[in-house]
Amino acid sequence: MSETIVPPRVYYAVFAALMILTSLTTAIAFVDLGFFSPVVALTIAIVKASLVVLFFMHLRYSTRLTWVVGGAGLFWLGILFALSLSDYLTRAWGRL
Amino acid sequence: MADVASPHEPPTSHATETPHAPLEPHLMHHFDDMEQQREASTLGMWVFLITEVLFFGGLFTAYMVYRVWYPTTFGVASRQLNIYSGAGMTVVLITSSLTMAMAVHAAAHGRRTRIMGFLGLTLILGVIFVGLKFMEYYHEYLDHHIPGHGFQIEGADPNNAQIFFSLYFTMTGLHALHMLIGFGILITMIVMAWRNYFSERWHTPVEISGLYWHFVDIIWIFLFPLLYLIDRHK
Repeated sequence: MSETIVPPRVYYAVFAALMILTSLTTAIAFVDLGFFSPVVALTIAIVKASLVVLFFMHLRYSTRLTWVVGGAGLFWLGILFALSLSDYLTRAWGRL
Repeated sequence: MADVASPHEPPTSHATETPHAPLEPHLMHHFDDMEQQREASTLGMWVFLITEVLFFGGLFTAYMVYRVWYPTTFGVASRQLNIYSGAGMTVVLITSSLTMAMAVHAAAHGRRTRIMGFLGLTLILGVIFVGLKFMEYYHEYLDHHIPGHGFQIEGADPNNAQIFFSLYFTMTGLHALHMLIGFGILITMIVMAWRNYFSERWHTPVEISGLYWHFVDIIWIFLFPLLYLIDRHK
């Protein structure tokens, strides 16, 4: 697989999307969505990060091996979050 | 990188087996071709970035645990931060990612002045970001929000609020440290471009520097909502 050169208009479109999402998430922060406030803010952050990874970091045009490495990283991050929180959220120790 | 620039001189008896060697001065002998070498380099950078994800992941875990424990205090402490400063820094950093992507694009076409121009813009935007961060730290200092003896906060338990500010300074500080390392990388790349190291055939250093820069951008994309946004409405 040879190197894919991404045309600049793709970068401009991604940049525009990132700017819109940044404005959106900042505006929504002032609205009380209760439980959904962090959910919406983090969903927008995940969409923004995905755009950066797929297009700016060229993952969309990379080999499957690169996808596997990225996926392994997220999987381990998931273990870190899930196992830590499963302990802290089900017990009250440490809390003052 | 100086040794990379010197052409290989394969023994004449092997000349037929490695016909590319004299034509590809940047190809190291242990790779079959330029494509394989490039993929090995980018993959290595991805592996490094995964270790960075887990490095920051520990801090994000700490943040989650304490926020679950002290949601009210974290809300009060979070609202002390300036949301417009945070949003402005996000815009600056995302713009620097665009200029970095354009620098990599220019490198793929071997356009030396454009590489230097876009890397220079990226560096300037990065410096603006760290400048804004420093301004923010200074305001927290004036407001007595530095954890320690002088810490003061209205309407929240100061002990638990200090945990928020400890996490705020550690996470944004570690992020800012990555920005400073990025400045060094950008300056190195500008010097290499200026010395005409890069071409259409070989510009991997610019590419993997781009991966690093975008990764630092992604960390901020998550720090911004967690520290500035999610408790704003209360």
